[in-house]
Amino acid sequence: MTSRARLFPSLRVLCAALALLFAAALVGTFPGRAEAQDISGALGQFTSNKYDDTEAALGALALSGSPAAAGIVSALADGRLVFGGLPPRVFIEGEGGALLDPLTMQPVADAPPVKPVRVNNRVRRAIEAANGALSLVSPDAGKRREAALAVGRSRDEAALPALDAALAKESDPQVKSAMNLARASILIGKEGISPAERIAAVELVGAEGNQDALAILRGVPDSAAPEVKQAAAQAIEGIERNLAMWGMAQNVWYGLSLGSVLLLAAIGLAITFGVMGVINMAHGEMVMLGAYTTFVVQEVIRTSYPGLFDASLLIAIPLAFLFTGLIGVIIERTVIRFLYGRALETLLATWGISLILQQAIRTIFGPTNREVGAPSWMSGSFEIGHLSITSGRLWIIVFALLVFFALLATLRLTRIGLEMRAVTQNRRMAASMGIRTNWVDAMTFGLGSGIAGMAGVALSQIDNVSPNLGQSYIIDSFLVVVFGGVGNLWGTLVGAMTLGVANKLLEPYAGAVLGKIALLVIVILFIQKRPRGLFALKGRSIEA
Amino acid sequence: MSITRQPALLGTSGIIFLAVLFAASVLVPVLNLAVAPDSAVHVPTYVVSLLGKYLTYALLALSVDLIWGYVGILSLGQGAFFALGGYAMGMYLMRQIGTRGVYGDPVLPDFMVFLNWKELPWFWYGFDWFPFAALMVLLAPGILALVFGWFAFRSRVTGVYLSIITQAMTFALLLAFFRNDMGFGGNNGLTDFKDILGFNIQADGTRLTLFVLSALALGLGYVLCRFLVRSHFGKVLVAIRDAETRVRFTGYRAENYKLVAFVVSAMLAGIAGALYVPQVGIINPSEFSPANSIEIIVWVAVGGRGTLVGAALGAVLVNYAKTYFTSGMLAPYWLFMLGGLFVAVTLFLPKGIVGTYYDWREKRRRHDDIPAAPLAAPGPAE
Repeated sequence: MTSRARLFPSLRVLCAALALLFAAALVGTFPGRAEAQDISGALGQFTSNKYDDTEAALGALALSGSPAAAGIVSALADGRLVFGGLPPRVFIEGEGGALLDPLTMQPVADAPPVKPVRVNNRVRRAIEAANGALSLVSPDAGKRREAALAVGRSRDEAALPALDAALAKESDPQVKSAMNLARASILIGKEGISPAERIAAVELVGAEGNQDALAILRGVPDSAAPEVKQAAAQAIEGIERNLAMWGMAQNVWYGLSLGSVLLLAAIGLAITFGVMGVINMAHGEMVMLGAYTTFVVQEVIRTSYPGLFDASLLIAIPLAFLFTGLIGVIIERTVIRFLYGRALETLLATWGISLILQQAIRTIFGPTNREVGAPSWMSGSFEIGHLSITSGRLWIIVFALLVFFALLATLRLTRIGLEMRAVTQNRRMAASMGIRTNWVDAMTFGLGSGIAGMAGVALSQIDNVSPNLGQSYIIDSFLVVVFGGVGNLWGTLVGAMTLGVANKLLEPYAGAVLGKIALLVIVILFIQKRPRGLFALKGRSIEA
Repeated sequence: MSITRQPALLGTSGIIFLAVLFAASVLVPVLNLAVAPDSAVHVPTYVVSLLGKYLTYALLALSVDLIWGYVGILSLGQGAFFALGGYAMGMYLMRQIGTRGVYGDPVLPDFMVFLNWKELPWFWYGFDWFPFAALMVLLAPGILALVFGWFAFRSRVTGVYLSIITQAMTFALLLAFFRNDMGFGGNNGLTDFKDILGFNIQADGTRLTLFVLSALALGLGYVLCRFLVRSHFGKVLVAIRDAETRVRFTGYRAENYKLVAFVVSAMLAGIAGALYVPQVGIINPSEFSPANSIEIIVWVAVGGRGTLVGAALGAVLVNYAKTYFTSGMLAPYWLFMLGGLFVAVTLFLPKGIVGTYYDWREKRRRHDDIPAAPLAAPGPAE
């Protein structure tokens, strides 16, 4: 018997709304209100083993509020509710066939021969209904709230009496408001209530302000009074405006998230390209190397120190910085330093380097994507209002800003930062002041590369770690730096965030690809207008 | 090149270049048709197409050299013009398929039938008529270059900035052509061509003709570029390359000069693309990829920027190397070599093969007859 119920779980889900209807019907129709706490009469009815009586007993149980009711109903559903003896009594069959008293759940000493209470489809529906009504008065507040929400979604008038009964007893404010909402949802569509009542219901639902409320408000019957309809229309408009605002806010959030990714990718370039003037096409590969560093760190942790997995990213960040920074210094010392002042030729040389690095990684790690896991603190999400925010993205934004301000501080406050600025502004003068310009060049390029490597650690969390990882960021990174204004870190920050948000705001209208194309065109046009970017460095040189 | 002595239209290297081209366009057909297939000097048809492909690349490199070598415009989007020319030709070839497609639709290309389109989009109109398609081969890249250049040069976007927005342009086009809704075959591009002007595109004769046409186009393109850079116009271009602001102060509208050069260069690239597509048999959005455009720059850099002949030579050499290495055991190392080539050329051969040879020749000449040539032309500046 029970196995059939389990065979059709979807049927049960489908019946959920129906069930509540029956629950309400039972609660409303059966004259059981008086003996609310006393369920012995209901128990007696089970022993007749007639479907009608069983159903009636279920109804009585549903509104009894007795703590034992839920157990009895579920025992009936599982075929464990049995009866026997003289006079017939009801038992619950426990584990190993022991008979338990349904009220106390204690084993009974003199167990008579028993047989299960029969169940048919009608009774099964009644069981569902009783379950629904019972959960409205369940001792668990969460369950009560869920049941109220379910009633609200079903919007069934018949559930009203049960709801009213439950409301009268409810003390938890959260559950109460859910029940009130459910009640209002039902009232909106109910025939024969006063306009004032209906308007109150509309307002209550309107205050909820989500998609469900919208659907409920659209269900106001045509027969309703005009002022009710107007109130509903107003509420709908309000909700739609509200939802549109939240949707916009969500898109802005996505945009900031994308912007932080762009910022991470571009910030190293803002050093190598923006400050040093090297068109560093190998920048993307530095990001890629950082991502592979993360992969290697995680591999080592997985095989040797599995307990450290949650710290893997924290370990990878400094390692990636050092490793890619070192590679950057090597590149600067062997190639770039011969090309200063020939910006366009650095483009060719660094493009060559990027091909070599890509192929090297492909040879070592293979051309396929590598698995980089997310530590537990990077996964999960939470909601603010109607905004859903994933922790991973949040951390990336935080990380991007941290890196940005750390870099800013390095350039502004440290000795090496001062020297870097001196060398980029006037190399000869800096040299004559005793600054080792060669060393500063190497350090600057190393710093830019190292930051790219740290970006790679973050990007390994949201992108495929493959040899082509860097390629997908290089064009965007250049656009961000050029858009923001070469040589200006704040410009990079504003540029990245602007492009990120603009991209995400365009997406709903144009789709992902067209939005991206539109953005590229916009940036191209923008550069016509301001050939030196958003925050151009002011100078007197005509050629600069 | 000196100011006082107007160099000949062709010059020694130009004559050698055209002679080699002419010899190739005579020899290759002869060796393909008249020599027995088992002979050692027989040129199989696939090699003919391969050589034809190199020649179109050489023309493309030439177009880059015209603007990079002589005007200082480093376009990282030249591949876009090449691809547009290729798409114009590809659209003509698609229309020639007629009912021989998989779905046998007399008007719609296969991919449109597949996408359930009911009629030909307006921008496909006219492409069944060769002269129109040929015009589009010139106009599509030309107009794009005109619009793009007009905006960019007028607002004086130069140097690195220009390079980056040209790259953004080709990237935007790459994304756009990947879209199925664009009506250019999406990801797969245009392929399965059957015939061109009534000739079977697979036939040996057609392949040879295309090869000879490519050689002709390269030769004419070379003469055109040579003519341009020798003229007064060309002198202004070189002046813009070396000191744009000074040229402006002298009263020239630098942006107009740059624009003309840019548009001519884009059209040359378009022709190259149009000749490339029937020989390769496919055109797809990957031709728009920024990496392709950067590779073209390398061909020019290897051969010698600002030498024209060098650009063509570089294109053929690098692509021959690519074919040679990517087909053999060394395939995994090709990118190492290409990357290494980029680095080595910029570090050790900044003037490229031909440029270095010119320097060497100049030095020897000066050694022979003192005091010979006046000041040697300064190397191309950024």
